[in-house]
Amino acid sequence: MQDEDFVTIRLTVNGGTHRLVVEPRRLLADALREDLGLTGTNLGCEHGVCGSCTVLVDGQSVRSCLMFAVQANGHEVMTVEGLARGGELHPLQQAFWEKQGLQCGFCTPGFLMTAYELLQHNPNPSEEEIRSALSGNICRCTGYQQIIEAVQSASQAVAGASATVPSGTGA
Amino acid sequence: MTTTTNSHTWIGKDIKRREDPDLLTGRAEYTGDVKLPGMLHAAVLRSPYAHARIVRIDTSAAKKVPGVHAVLTGREATVVLDPLPAFCAEPVVEHAIAVDKVRYAGEAVVAVAAESRYIAEDALELVQIEWEPLPPVIDVLEAMKPDAPKVHENLPSNVVYEHVFIFGDVDGDFARADHIMKRRLRWPRATAAPMEPAGAVCKYDPPSGRMEVWSTTNMLNYVGWLIAGSLKLAPHMVNFYPMYTGGSFGSKHVTSKVIAIAGALSKVTGHPVKFMEDRIDNLAANDAQAADRIYDAELAVTKEGKFLSLRLHAIDDYGAYFVFAITGNTNMMSQISGPYTIGSLENGIKAVLTNKNQQGVFRGAGSDVGNWVLERLVDATSDELGIDGIELRRRNFIQPNQFPYKMPTGNVYDSGNYPGVLDMALQHANLDYWRQEQVRARKLGRYIGIGLATCQQRSTYSATEFWFHNPGPATGLTTTAESVRIGIGPTGGITVTMFSPFWGNSPETVVSQVVGEEFGVDPTTVSVAYEGTSQGLPSAGPGGSRMTVMLSGAVQGAAAKVKEKMYKIAAHLLEASLDDMEVREGRVWVKGTDRSLSLTDIGMKAYWNKFDLPADMESGLEGSFTYDHPYTTAPSEDRKDLGVFYPIMGHAAHIPIVEVDIKTGQVKFLKYLAVHDVGTVVNPRSLQGQIRGGIAQGIGVALYEEVRYSPEGQNLTTTMNDYLVPTVAEVPHIEIYHHVTPSPFTAYGVKGGGEGGRMVAPPAVTRAVEDALKPLGVKIDELPMTPEKIVKWVTQAQAKTP
Repeated sequence: MQDEDFVTIRLTVNGGTHRLVVEPRRLLADALREDLGLTGTNLGCEHGVCGSCTVLVDGQSVRSCLMFAVQANGHEVMTVEGLARGGELHPLQQAFWEKQGLQCGFCTPGFLMTAYELLQHNPNPSEEEIRSALSGNICRCTGYQQIIEAVQSASQAVAGASATVPSGTGA
Repeated sequence: MTTTTNSHTWIGKDIKRREDPDLLTGRAEYTGDVKLPGMLHAAVLRSPYAHARIVRIDTSAAKKVPGVHAVLTGREATVVLDPLPAFCAEPVVEHAIAVDKVRYAGEAVVAVAAESRYIAEDALELVQIEWEPLPPVIDVLEAMKPDAPKVHENLPSNVVYEHVFIFGDVDGDFARADHIMKRRLRWPRATAAPMEPAGAVCKYDPPSGRMEVWSTTNMLNYVGWLIAGSLKLAPHMVNFYPMYTGGSFGSKHVTSKVIAIAGALSKVTGHPVKFMEDRIDNLAANDAQAADRIYDAELAVTKEGKFLSLRLHAIDDYGAYFVFAITGNTNMMSQISGPYTIGSLENGIKAVLTNKNQQGVFRGAGSDVGNWVLERLVDATSDELGIDGIELRRRNFIQPNQFPYKMPTGNVYDSGNYPGVLDMALQHANLDYWRQEQVRARKLGRYIGIGLATCQQRSTYSATEFWFHNPGPATGLTTTAESVRIGIGPTGGITVTMFSPFWGNSPETVVSQVVGEEFGVDPTTVSVAYEGTSQGLPSAGPGGSRMTVMLSGAVQGAAAKVKEKMYKIAAHLLEASLDDMEVREGRVWVKGTDRSLSLTDIGMKAYWNKFDLPADMESGLEGSFTYDHPYTTAPSEDRKDLGVFYPIMGHAAHIPIVEVDIKTGQVKFLKYLAVHDVGTVVNPRSLQGQIRGGIAQGIGVALYEEVRYSPEGQNLTTTMNDYLVPTVAEVPHIEIYHHVTPSPFTAYGVKGGGEGGRMVAPPAVTRAVEDALKPLGVKIDELPMTPEKIVKWVTQAQAKTP
């Protein structure tokens, strides 16, 4: 591999800025997981169907297995590691815990990021709106119901709380 | 919504899972997250042919790619790798990387280890292979013919196993019957497809001969010594670490192939090597495709609708290898006659090899198929005799006073109340309303259907099911133990160590709640740890819905040992009789007095005050316990009695209400009700999660899921665009009720509930769709009921009725 085949990029991830030297073909998922050690984002299919690897780029959900790291150059990325503040779970994480909206946890980061995006745009979604928003994420364990209940519960928690509720760091 | 009162403090309490915070924050470490200094990444080149001889492989160009450390063909790998472990008695040999011949499209042919997965995949593109294609054997009925090409030349035929089990007077019962229901039924090849594919990181240390393994396998302690043989290592030199696993549903029991590939490459390169399947690897070659059966099924019935005898003959397409032998067929013999008093039965099995990826295990492990076949026959009886399905079931249920109940194969059902479960389902189903709706809708040209299935959900397997299909003396595995260690530290904190990993179930929550119950402490204060195999105690690992039963028993046993020592210390210090000691609320009390010591008081003495201990007592405060299967017996030599091998028997009734759009073939759920009886419930919300997830998978196999092959043997379902698992758009709200009939044989009366949802939903959903299409006369004999099939059935039915 020649040096000119590498590109220097700058990613802001969960509020911190990183300089990376990557091949143009390097997936954003691999840059996050392997280069930055943010292994919370999981790869389930690597062809853009399952949604496990969903992260937010400038507040919009993307499949990090379908996006190159170079495409995120200069942009703000938020991963599941950006949700909790210190030891305190984000209200969405708290609601997923309360309703047990997970079992093996592998798809969960993708669901959390998708649900986070939904609540940013629609703080009080109906069940139909939640189902629609989550329809691109596959979970093989839960049968989804407790995930839906968790998102409903989180939306109420967020709506019921004051503006001091942490909204995550990246978006 | 538990129906019985709970006399326990923590067992049955609906607490949040202990596992979740690490999973929710991305901190839980899965195999794919492991990163070691000098670690290489592997990728595998897969066969484009279903059946072909490898004439020549040229890897020279691949080896020259910068960053590539090793390129291994199957033949080259034999230096460090023997064939994969198999549980079958038949000489079906499988190599992790194919040697000389491939037997399914997707079989591994070359493996590469390189500095990144990108480089490894670059190198694979430069491998040149000369192939001699052979005629593929894809259709199972063709494969059985004597002149069919052979998948394995060393076998006399592709029919690798054939046997007819007969229990009781089947011929006599059939002769006595007034009616015989006959169906040819087709169950589709599905696969677990957990969200995390299988994988392994292996680190070989040449000077010591040790290998460390981080992998997705669930059965660490089985696989450790099995895979050591394949990797030509001493078993005690291989240490498996317990990893968080991203779902298994049976598919990760062994995963020996990924471990063998990573291990071989580590031995060859001297580096740690990671091999993670990608999704295509997983769907094409995970060795966990499931039962693919054609049944000729008959039920002998009296004119009153009493079931006398069951006769099943299965042809099962096992694919190219035979790692678990016919365990998918033996498993269902634990509950083959269902919740009904069927007196005799016959189960004929033809296991056939074809050029497909082989069968492994998928939630239900064949008992899912058995339930579907039996309930299809029950529904057929209801239709043909004109007896309502609810009434028909009531006439045939084993009654609550008949337990423990020995069923025809020799297995025992521990306890149950099947009429009670059905009553509870009907109480919540509001069937009068739905029957009116059905009539109303039909007038408008809409098709609403009501389904019902009442099925067994066996739990807690015994190892005899791995081998009892072979006649002769009992020589196979008979142990499926599970161990825990409980340690109480000097400050009174309790740590429980498990020796099987997390795979999506709730082992940390279960052991915390049982410890809470045993010692009277808050479960959230209990520290839970997992241990690898080098420090390990016997543990068979998750599978066959056993972990809640086995961990509860193991914790109770270990707690008893710890308590015995605590009582001795307390009796000594309080100058009281040993017999008067009891533990509650985290303290040891002299019964009937206000004298007590806290766990901290006792812990401090046990660890730091030797002079205060009874004279002959060793310091420390811990207990280990290996809990053996609570109730298993050997099969008879003639196999007229298979022995007790799956006695902890749950039960469920499902009532789905669907609407079928006959123009598009879409099935929409209007209601889904499930009542499960899995004995004493340890944690309601995690059990409900298991049930709902299982039902989603049951809906999957009923409506969508099928691994499909082209006539040439190409797997047409190697992406998640093609292998369709249910999404949030397909899975309805599921209403769950628990009926509780404790087991007399387990700690606290717990039964396993991990597979029930998937074992009961397929027949219930099938019946609902069939009921919806009843006005058209459609009979359903095969799954999945895809939209195109439903439209086809409707079109055919309409053509028949002018």
